[in-house]
Amino acid sequence: MKLIKPLLLAVLAATSLGVSAKYNGEDRGRPNLPSQVSAKWQAECSGCHMAFPPGLLPAASWKKIMGGLDKHFGTDASLSPTDSAEITDFLVKNPSNRWTSNAAPLRITDAQWFKAKHMSGEINPAVWKRESVKSPANCVACHSGADKGVFDEHGIKIPK
Amino acid sequence: MTTKRHTPHLLACLALALPLAAAANPILDAYRAQAKQENAAFKDFTVAAGQKLYSTKGAELSCASCHTDSPKAEGKHVKTNKLIAPMTPSVNPKRFSDAANVEKWFKRNCNDVLSRACTTQEKGDFMTYVLSVK
Repeated sequence: MKLIKPLLLAVLAATSLGVSAKYNGEDRGRPNLPSQVSAKWQAECSGCHMAFPPGLLPAASWKKIMGGLDKHFGTDASLSPTDSAEITDFLVKNPSNRWTSNAAPLRITDAQWFKAKHMSGEINPAVWKRESVKSPANCVACHSGADKGVFDEHGIKIPK
Repeated sequence: MTTKRHTPHLLACLALALPLAAAANPILDAYRAQAKQENAAFKDFTVAAGQKLYSTKGAELSCASCHTDSPKAEGKHVKTNKLIAPMTPSVNPKRFSDAANVEKWFKRNCNDVLSRACTTQEKGDFMTYVLSVK
């Protein structure tokens, strides 16, 4: 243990400070869903789309998103100040634990980790346009466990 | 035997009152009270005006774009594909049972469809239509 700890720290420092930081430091966290989730977050954020796990973005992104809910990607998603504060608190306390970049994208799909995993040529671009998928925001179309924070490759099934 | 002679009248009254009682909705009542306060000439909400609003298309969307042509049917969000539970309480009793939730969605959806807030008259007409769909 005495040996492992400094080693781990060294590895962590190297990955977070080095130029080779994974996804330029824009990495999503793990676990994707905290053990205790906010019921308010679950209820409100799943009104129009899946409630995206807070670990997919850094705290700075969540603050920006929650600060502009009246113009939320073209729709009014405004909440009462009380609900908004409670949800923001949950999001910024459980952000990505691997994000080291200063970038704070508004869209999960703009994060480097997302692009690397989804837009690097492995998936035919036409897949996103399928009626069964429609939007990259529709995680559950392919990740069957997405609403439970499960995104591992074994659960992926790309629909027709 | 006056009571006996009155019984048929009482039954008739009950038969008339029961459907009204079943259709009563405290949120709609509150909108009606508010509309009366805002406008001395206010008469009542109508199914026809609500139905017209339901299918009115703004710059991009109408209510029906996501909620389908029938408030009884399961809808689908036009952008995210997320399924939307039916809107009429006759199919989905949870609807129009929480005033804060109703206000939240009127604010959002009136902005999305009409790019403005809805009036109390419009909210009441809309609810009257949706509640009338059995």
